[in-house]
Amino acid sequence: MSELVSRIHIQCRVNGEPRHAETFPMARLLDVLREELRLTGTKEGCGEGECGACSILLNGAIVNSCLIPAIEADGADIRTIEGIASGDQLNAVQKAFLECGGAQCGICTPGMVIAATALLERHPHPNDAEIREGLAGNLCRCTGYQKIFAAVVRACELSTEKKPVSR
Amino acid sequence: MEEKFFGHSVIRKEGREKVTGRARYVDDLTFPGMLHGVTVRSSVPRGRIRGIRFGETIPWHEFTVVTAADIPGQNEIALIEHDQPCLAAESINHPEEAIVLLAHPDRYLLEEARRAVQIDVEPLPAVFSIEDSLAKRAVIFGEDNVFKSYHMEKGDVDAAWAQADVIVEGEYRTGAQEQLYIETQGMISVANPAEGVTVWGSLQCPYYVHKALMPLFGLPADKIRVIQAETGGGFGGKEEYPSMIAAHAALLAWKSGKPVKIIYDRAEDMVATTKRHPSRTRHRTGVTRDGKLVAMDIDFVIDGGAYATLSSVVLSRGTIHAAGPYSCPNVRVHSQAVATNAPPHGAFRGFGAPQSIFALERHMDQVARTLNLTPEEFRRRNFIRQGQTTATGQLIHENVNFDALLDRAFRESDYHAKRERFARENPGATIKRGIGFASFMHGAGFTGSGEVYLASVVDVEATREGNVRVLAASTEIGQGTNTVFSQIAADALGISYDRIEIAQPDTGAVPNSGPTVASRTSMVVGNLVQTAALAIKKTLLDSGLLCDACTEDEFVRACRKYIETRGPLRSRAQYEAPPGLFWDDKKYSGDAYGTYAWAVYVAEVAVDTVTFEARVTDFVAVQEIGKVIHPVLAAGQIEGGVAQAIGMALYENVVWRDGRMANGQMTNYIMPTAADIPPIRVFFEEHPYLFGPHGAKGIGELPMDGPQPAIINAIENATGICVRQIPATPEVLMEAMAQKAAALV
Repeated sequence: MSELVSRIHIQCRVNGEPRHAETFPMARLLDVLREELRLTGTKEGCGEGECGACSILLNGAIVNSCLIPAIEADGADIRTIEGIASGDQLNAVQKAFLECGGAQCGICTPGMVIAATALLERHPHPNDAEIREGLAGNLCRCTGYQKIFAAVVRACELSTEKKPVSR
Repeated sequence: MEEKFFGHSVIRKEGREKVTGRARYVDDLTFPGMLHGVTVRSSVPRGRIRGIRFGETIPWHEFTVVTAADIPGQNEIALIEHDQPCLAAESINHPEEAIVLLAHPDRYLLEEARRAVQIDVEPLPAVFSIEDSLAKRAVIFGEDNVFKSYHMEKGDVDAAWAQADVIVEGEYRTGAQEQLYIETQGMISVANPAEGVTVWGSLQCPYYVHKALMPLFGLPADKIRVIQAETGGGFGGKEEYPSMIAAHAALLAWKSGKPVKIIYDRAEDMVATTKRHPSRTRHRTGVTRDGKLVAMDIDFVIDGGAYATLSSVVLSRGTIHAAGPYSCPNVRVHSQAVATNAPPHGAFRGFGAPQSIFALERHMDQVARTLNLTPEEFRRRNFIRQGQTTATGQLIHENVNFDALLDRAFRESDYHAKRERFARENPGATIKRGIGFASFMHGAGFTGSGEVYLASVVDVEATREGNVRVLAASTEIGQGTNTVFSQIAADALGISYDRIEIAQPDTGAVPNSGPTVASRTSMVVGNLVQTAALAIKKTLLDSGLLCDACTEDEFVRACRKYIETRGPLRSRAQYEAPPGLFWDDKKYSGDAYGTYAWAVYVAEVAVDTVTFEARVTDFVAVQEIGKVIHPVLAAGQIEGGVAQAIGMALYENVVWRDGRMANGQMTNYIMPTAADIPPIRVFFEEHPYLFGPHGAKGIGELPMDGPQPAIINAIENATGICVRQIPATPEVLMEAMAQKAAALV
């Protein structure tokens, strides 16, 4: 990148931990995560916000990290695929993906798990149209999506089994 | 053998790494001191290189620069023919031809440098279509632009026309299709004269890359090592092109003395790497008035692009599948793969069969209509049965029952009731609905004597921990190789699934079990895994350390004891052809495949007559694939293939401009999303195949063959328009509807 632009210091919380990085203000957040913070679970599929492989949660909202300039991450709360499981304990979506065959080659899977997790946070019991809509920003070339839909439905069941009623 | 894991949907072997983001793909790997590499490509489709200029604004002394002159061995990507250079030295034959390679630690500076290299080219006339190539508008390969042709004949077609009451002709076309694995291609190499060349990468066939690197560097087999990283989808797209990227990364590493990583971005991956061959098929079909096929004359041409690569083999499969699962006494298929000045077209799931099957299954509906028969009645009168022969003269030994597959597909899709209902409701409706089907087959494994030549090998070894490791070059690319091999080995040994380890495909450590292509991994290589695993057990039984009905603990103890007292416990299995197979490569006749998967697919569509958009609204896939190894993985293969085929049928349009893909982005090359794919209902009929593990046949490519004609047949049912090309984009449907309207005036 041009020497005329100087690096900036950004601080943010990533998966609950305070992190900081020296980077160019317009560097892609995707590259900061993968290269500076070595969180390589977030993938690049297209670099133009079409495929969703680089999906992360930025202040709770799902975004394509290839479209987010690093400067926007300053002070932000970020969740990546590495922060979805609690230690060795997979979350309901991850368990359901394993059980239902929602992951094949696995390259869209981190983004898909993030999207499904975000969907279930918005709609704990989504109907078919809401599932399709919720995952339409994440492309998968292996599964034909059927097993991913099944995994989302199964994840709802697993979540319900765990905490029957919560008010 | 007890089937404790076979037939059950165990958890994918490497699934946990994938759902947690811990799986390591090539772009997730870094090496100390690693440089990034980029490729400078041609800007014209055909010409002669006059010179290379390096712009003045770049500090070139910081860069590693590689041209053809730096290649230590032969400047070629070895595959079948020897025509494709690794780096163009004098002539350019397509607009994405690699000419110069650059490496530098800073990726941003590297991009500026790439733009600062000017290739000075004297342009030459080029050809961009099958027609121009056949007409020799310019001769760009050999004397006639033909990479390969086949002539396959059964009976006497010329004499048979006299028996035909009706002759129906038709021409059908399919476009290029991008594999569009979500992980773009990439490689990392460490290479120097002392240690030789090592590459890590996203690939399907480690030994293809190995074969390509040997002559390029003039090094012996043991000085080249190819290791597969976790691979984010292949679909054929990572069959041959990875050899090119591996070669480029290795040349930069060799010259710089540092590790070099090349990762294509999406645009480069889409425009430069291989795609499905565009095709043109012409049918001339003679039938009797009561609907019996008497002669099929098929002319099949595929566009191979600029170099021969795998086109001859793709053409072969397309040729053999061109006459479909029908019994016809007289069949002639003449086929050609021709050269154009586009990047070489290559392997893509189905490998030529989806192209020729699209034409046939569209044409079968046209013949039925001409005869005033329903599409199913015409097919029923001609379905191949046990004891009859295919177009290659292969005698069908298995009890194939297409009537039953068709009955089940119609029942599951409610075909007849829907056909009636749509006929009633469509008149006057803006959105017209239709239902259509295709019946087809897919040969499993390499064609003809291919498997015999491959002579694939698998090793199985016990470890001191009492685990058993499978060593094969067959790659996990999402389809489930690791899981299926583990199921097969665990059942053969009578131990648990978790005790099976799968060695990372690494040419320095695993034998050559052949390429991961052609729906052969489960059926052919899986059978070798079983044989080798059984040999381990036999060794333990013969040694007296194990009794036949043992517990897992006893097995573990026996392995440990064997290794401690007698040394390594390892076994090897090598492919042997099933008895009675005969193939004549000159006449192109005989047993083309050991077996076939058979299928009937039904598609339901809704066509908007205002926007000219077609959507698939329901899909039923009924197939016979031998025994199902893993129900979830098997259904996943079918669903994924159907989705890819829906893309090929309706959405995925490669726009060509002078041999270059003009829409090499995911924003304008449209693959199906979660919102576009209908429910896909998958049903298996299971008839065990004697020579597959537990009776399994190949499955991976089958679902790519049938959806396209089923969908277009459904569009014809909905609208009455006869579409003869795919993708059937709104533009294509608008044109066809306008033609139909004009014809009615």
